[in-house]
Amino acid sequence: MLGMPTIPPTSPRGVGNLRGEDRFPVAARRTLADTQLRRNLGKATTTIRSKRAQVVAELPDWEELREAGRQLKVHTMAHLPGYLAQLESAVIAQGGVVHWARDANEANEIVLDLVRDKGVDEVVKVKSMATQEIGLNEALEAAGIAALETDLAELIVQLGHDKPSHILVPAIHRNRAEIREIFLREMADVDPALTDEPAALAGAARQHLRRKFLSAKVAISGANFAIAETGTLAVVESEGNGRMCLTLPDTLITIMGIEKLVPRWQDLEVFLQLLPRSSTGERMNPYTSMWTGVTRGDGPQEFHLILLDNGRTAVLADAEGRDALNCIRCSACLNVCPVYERTGGHAYGSVYPGPIGAILSPQLTGIEDNASLPYASSLCGACYDVCPVKINIPEILVHLRAKHTETYAADHRLPSAEASAMNAAAWVMSNPKRWTYALRSGRLGRILGRKRDVIGGVPLPLVKQWTDARDLARPPTQTFRDWWAAEHGGER
Amino acid sequence: MNAREEVLARIAAAHSAAPPPNLPYESISRGYRITSHSSKEALAELLIDRLMDYRALVRQCSADDLAATIATALADRGAQTVVVPDGLESTWTAGVAASVRMDGLSVEDQLTVSELDGVDGVITGCAVAIAETGTLILDGSSSQGRRVLTLIPDYHLCVVLPDQIVSDVPEALARLAATRPLTMISGPSATSDIELNRVEGVHGPRTLEVIIVGEEGSS
Repeated sequence: MLGMPTIPPTSPRGVGNLRGEDRFPVAARRTLADTQLRRNLGKATTTIRSKRAQVVAELPDWEELREAGRQLKVHTMAHLPGYLAQLESAVIAQGGVVHWARDANEANEIVLDLVRDKGVDEVVKVKSMATQEIGLNEALEAAGIAALETDLAELIVQLGHDKPSHILVPAIHRNRAEIREIFLREMADVDPALTDEPAALAGAARQHLRRKFLSAKVAISGANFAIAETGTLAVVESEGNGRMCLTLPDTLITIMGIEKLVPRWQDLEVFLQLLPRSSTGERMNPYTSMWTGVTRGDGPQEFHLILLDNGRTAVLADAEGRDALNCIRCSACLNVCPVYERTGGHAYGSVYPGPIGAILSPQLTGIEDNASLPYASSLCGACYDVCPVKINIPEILVHLRAKHTETYAADHRLPSAEASAMNAAAWVMSNPKRWTYALRSGRLGRILGRKRDVIGGVPLPLVKQWTDARDLARPPTQTFRDWWAAEHGGER
Repeated sequence: MNAREEVLARIAAAHSAAPPPNLPYESISRGYRITSHSSKEALAELLIDRLMDYRALVRQCSADDLAATIATALADRGAQTVVVPDGLESTWTAGVAASVRMDGLSVEDQLTVSELDGVDGVITGCAVAIAETGTLILDGSSSQGRRVLTLIPDYHLCVVLPDQIVSDVPEALARLAATRPLTMISGPSATSDIELNRVEGVHGPRTLEVIIVGEEGSS
C-alpha cells in the first residue's frame, strides 16, 4: 500500500542460533549453579577488564575517538543503500562476486552452492559471528561438508561439542584444564603428554590445524569492516588462522551483515584504534588482513562476498533501537556486565550474549522470541560507559521492555507480569496513605523471607511471575517512616 | 524482486518508517589526534618499546651495518635457508651465510606452500611502521612480496627504514593504498583464547625479529 511503509521481516525461525531453548531466567538459574563456570568467567573477565582500562587510559583522545566512531556509524546507517551499492561495484571492479541474502536460509544456500561447485567436502573457517548467527556450520554438515573452525576458542567449542558463550572468546567458560581434556579426547594426533600450559595448548592447536591449512581449497570468513569507497574488507585477528584462511585457499567466501560498512578508507583510522583496545585490551591485535577483490599472484583467485540482512533491516526500522546495529563486536560490554559475569553467555540462548545481545537478539528475531532478554540486566550502565561506539544499551533495554509489555498486552489481551506490577506500584505510590500501608505490609515479606533471608518465588498469581526470576531483600523489622515517627514524633 | 532489490527496498522501508538523523559525512566530528610532533628518535624509541612489549626481538643498526646485522640475526637464529621476495634490496642479504631463495610475483616464480613450510625464515621490509601500537604494515610491494611469505615460515625478520616510522594509525593509513593486499603485524602470532591471557605462538611466525635502521649520520 502506498504511504504505509511495511516493516521489514525479522530473521526466520527454525534456522540459525539467535533463539535459545529456554527463557533467560530458567537458563540462568541452571548456569548459576555451575560454580566452575562462575570461577572461570570471574577470572577471565577480571583480567580483560583491567587490560582494557590500562590501554584505554593511554589514549588522551579516547572520548573523541568514541564520538567519531558513533557518528560514523550513525551516518552510515542513514545512507546504507548508497554505500552498499558503492561497495558492490568496487568489489566487482576488483574481480570479486557479490551476492545478497535476505535471510539465514538464503545465505546458507548460496554458500552451499558455491562449495558444492568446488567439489570439496571440507572447508576451513575464520571465526565469524555472522556464520554462527545463520547456523552455517549446521547447514554445511547437513549437506555432508565438514566446516573446520580454526580460531582456537572456536576449535575448543567445536571439539567440545559445545556452544560459544562469548563474542570474542567463545570458549571463555572453559579453563586450561578443561581445554586440555577436550584436546586429549578429541584430537587424534595429539601428544598424550600434553600439559595444560596455555603455550602448550596453543602449540597443539597449531599442529592439529597446520596440514588442513596447507591443503584447504575453500575458506569461509566474516568481516570486521568493509570500506564502501574502495571495496576493501578487513579481518582483525590474533593467531594467524585468519591469515591462513584468507591467503592460502583458492576460493574465499566472506559473509557480512549489511551494517558492517564504513564509508571511506580513512574511517578505519577510528575503528582500528577503538576495536583492539576495547576487545582484547591490546594496543593492536597481532594480525589484521585487508583485501580488495582478487590480487593476481597473491591469495585466493576467486572471491565471493555475501551481504546478509537476516533481520537487520527490521532493527533499522526502530528509531529507538537501531543503534544496536552500530556494534563492532568488541565484547567490552560483556566483560563489564555484572549479569554476564555471573550467568555466562549460554544463558542468553543467542550467539549474541551479554548486554549487546540483550538488545540485538530480540530485535533481530522480533521481541516475542527473545522476550526475557531485555530484562537480563540491572541497568547499571557499565556497558554504555565502555562501548567504543557509545551505544546507549540501558536506554534501548528500557525501550525494548516497554515494547515487550505493549506487544504482550496486545497479543494476550492481558498486561505482562511486569506491566501489572508497575500499574499496581503506580496506584499504591500515588497516594501517601496507601504507600504507608503498603510499606508496613512489608512485614509480610519478613515472614516470606525468613528461610533464606531473601524473598524467592511467591506462589500467587501475577506475584509468581515477578518473583520467579527476582530475589527480593527481606524487609527490615521497621519501615523508615515508622522509625522516623518513633524517633521524632510529629516533626517533619 | 531479487534479493538485492528486496534488501534495498527493505532499507528504504525502514528509513521511511523511522527517518534517520541527518548527519552529513563532512559534519562527522573528528576531534581525535591525526598527527604527532614527536621527533624521529622519539618515534623509533616508542616503536622499540611497543615491539618488545609484545615480545618481538629488536635490533638497531645504521644503514651501513644493515647487511651485517641481518647476517648476524640469521646466524644467531641458526637459519639454514631463508626466503626473500625477489624485489628485496640484494645488498641486504649480501653477507648472509644461509641459502637464500627468491619468491616472485608471477606464479611460475613462486615457491610452493610446502617449500615455504620447509624454509627456516623470511626476510622482508615493510611499508609503514606505527610507533604507538608497535605495528608493522606490509602492502605486497617489492620488498615484502605476497602475503603467504610472512605467514608460513616460523621466523620473520623485518627491516624498518628510518622514514617508515609514523606515530599512530591515522598517519599510517594515509600512507597506504587500500586496494593493495595489506597485512598489519603487531608482535608474533598470539592468542588470548585461554583464560584471556596473551600467549605467543599459534599459526603465524612464532618469532618476529625487527631491525630498526637508524638515520644517516646518527649512531
